[in-house]
Amino acid sequence: MRAWPSVGHIRWGWFLLATAILLLLPLVTDTHTPSVLLIWALFALSLGMMWGYAGLLSFGHAAYFGLGAYTYAVAVINIGESTVPLILSMLVPAAVAAVVGAMMFYGRISDVYMGVITLLVTLILFKFMSATAGDAYVIGGARLGGFNGMPGFHTLNVPGYPEISLFGLPTYYVCAAALLICYLVCRWILARSFGRVLVGIRENEARCELMGYNVPAFKTAIFTVCAAMAGLAGCLFANWAEIVTPRVFSLGQAAEVLIWVIAGGLGTLIGPILGAISLGYVKLLLGEQTLIDNSLILGAVLIIVVLGIPRGVVPALQGLWAAAGRRARGRAGSGQGARRTLGASKPEHT
Amino acid sequence: MSGVVETQELTMRFGGVTAVDAVNFSLRERELRCLIGPNGAGKSTFFKCITGQYALRPENGRVFIRGADVTGWNTHEIVRLGAGIKTQVPSLMNGLTVEENLWLSARRVHGWAGAGGAVEEITAELQLGEQLRRLVGELSHGERQMVEIGIVLVQRPWLVLLDEPAAGMTGNEVERLVGVIRHINQTASVIVVDHDMEFVRMLGSLVTVFHQGAILLEGPANSVLDDPAVREVYVGNRAA
Repeated sequence: MRAWPSVGHIRWGWFLLATAILLLLPLVTDTHTPSVLLIWALFALSLGMMWGYAGLLSFGHAAYFGLGAYTYAVAVINIGESTVPLILSMLVPAAVAAVVGAMMFYGRISDVYMGVITLLVTLILFKFMSATAGDAYVIGGARLGGFNGMPGFHTLNVPGYPEISLFGLPTYYVCAAALLICYLVCRWILARSFGRVLVGIRENEARCELMGYNVPAFKTAIFTVCAAMAGLAGCLFANWAEIVTPRVFSLGQAAEVLIWVIAGGLGTLIGPILGAISLGYVKLLLGEQTLIDNSLILGAVLIIVVLGIPRGVVPALQGLWAAAGRRARGRAGSGQGARRTLGASKPEHT
Repeated sequence: MSGVVETQELTMRFGGVTAVDAVNFSLRERELRCLIGPNGAGKSTFFKCITGQYALRPENGRVFIRGADVTGWNTHEIVRLGAGIKTQVPSLMNGLTVEENLWLSARRVHGWAGAGGAVEEITAELQLGEQLRRLVGELSHGERQMVEIGIVLVQRPWLVLLDEPAAGMTGNEVERLVGVIRHINQTASVIVVDHDMEFVRMLGSLVTVFHQGAILLEGPANSVLDDPAVREVYVGNRAA
């Protein structure tokens, strides 16, 4: 069986080039901004994977991003060393997603109802975490802090050496490595039967069921995996910001990632990554001025993309690239045809 | 339980309407059976009940497949027993190619290594070679019907359930389909749901006639189709 165009395949040349750029970027720029852009890219990748390939649209993917951030902060305050909190920041969102996902998918809830439920989950978490300012809201030695959040926790350290904390450049490389590894994990999933069944579910859930696939189990599984990736992004965000507030669950956070994925392009992995990096950078630039509201610009971008290039930037560019390739091959073919015609006519002339 | 498919007092109600009314049905090994009846007779509802497309509770009666009580089972669980199901409206993955559709079905039964070979076999069997690299969404209705039959057969099921397989097909395609169904029947029990009496006559199998949710008559195709009561059901329905 040939590779499926619908799931794509890894282009190692591009991957190595991207890795080299990420490695060398600190030589030409500060790493603070690139670090958060990579974190957002990972967050967008996690949503793009399940939405673009399995057709699962979650309006509240920020719930798992925020759970990852809070889990890390709470765990690292209690444990003191970052390795276990880092792992927990993936496991806790994954466990919550497994429960929420199983309830939705085995309950045959999908489409817009799924979107509403996931959005409610993140808004409930936002409301709840905003109301945890009192003394009652303490987990071990960690105060949840209400709307002001949780500052002052240990950032990532070298595993097993809590005294060697990672700041600046090492944090940047951790973020880059996390993004690259998660990208490879997504590619690996898509290259297996599991990934192809996900694409089948996106195309026609009922037919997959009629083929004998346990559709709710597949959907729950990818929902869980992507929640773990979002949790990892949340953990890295907590380390980058050095504070966790309920804003990680906010409607703005939930909407932004959707816009990044739509603008970058559904059904690709690189689209959400580039969408998050480019629009995230625009957001940071806009944050330095007060003339225009940030949300207005992002809203305008969403409208322009949805109306102008509904498939997103990357699929549109891929389409143009493919069309250019076909035209070039067509010209080469007609040139060869002309040469063959000349060759064929040669004996007549001679 | 000696039948491949057996139902006991199978009943399905939608509000005040009884679509399937206490039906007792039995299909033997390697039997080809056509379920016919005019629109609204309950044959497609019966089909959906035995294929798990409607969630059944004990009060709906019971369904057995090769002796296993599958009442309340999900569709994928029934398929995993070895049943192949083709729905009334072609249910395909329009954004994927014919080959990808077939491969996905083959993969579940034959594994990654065996799926490619199984696809090649079914492609040759159903003469789908020309369509193999085309997107399913670009195919004609008749071609889509044949692809869906391919998706069912590539799993090599021992029970094949086809809901209106000839709908929208041309005369030549229907003739080819009759040959395919007879070929399937050499290794599998087959239930065909249809209301096209000519197609059913061409299959020449035992026929079960549904009327108002219940079984009106059972017997060989020619005698059943020429039965005045059956003709009355059809003509009466048309007149209505």
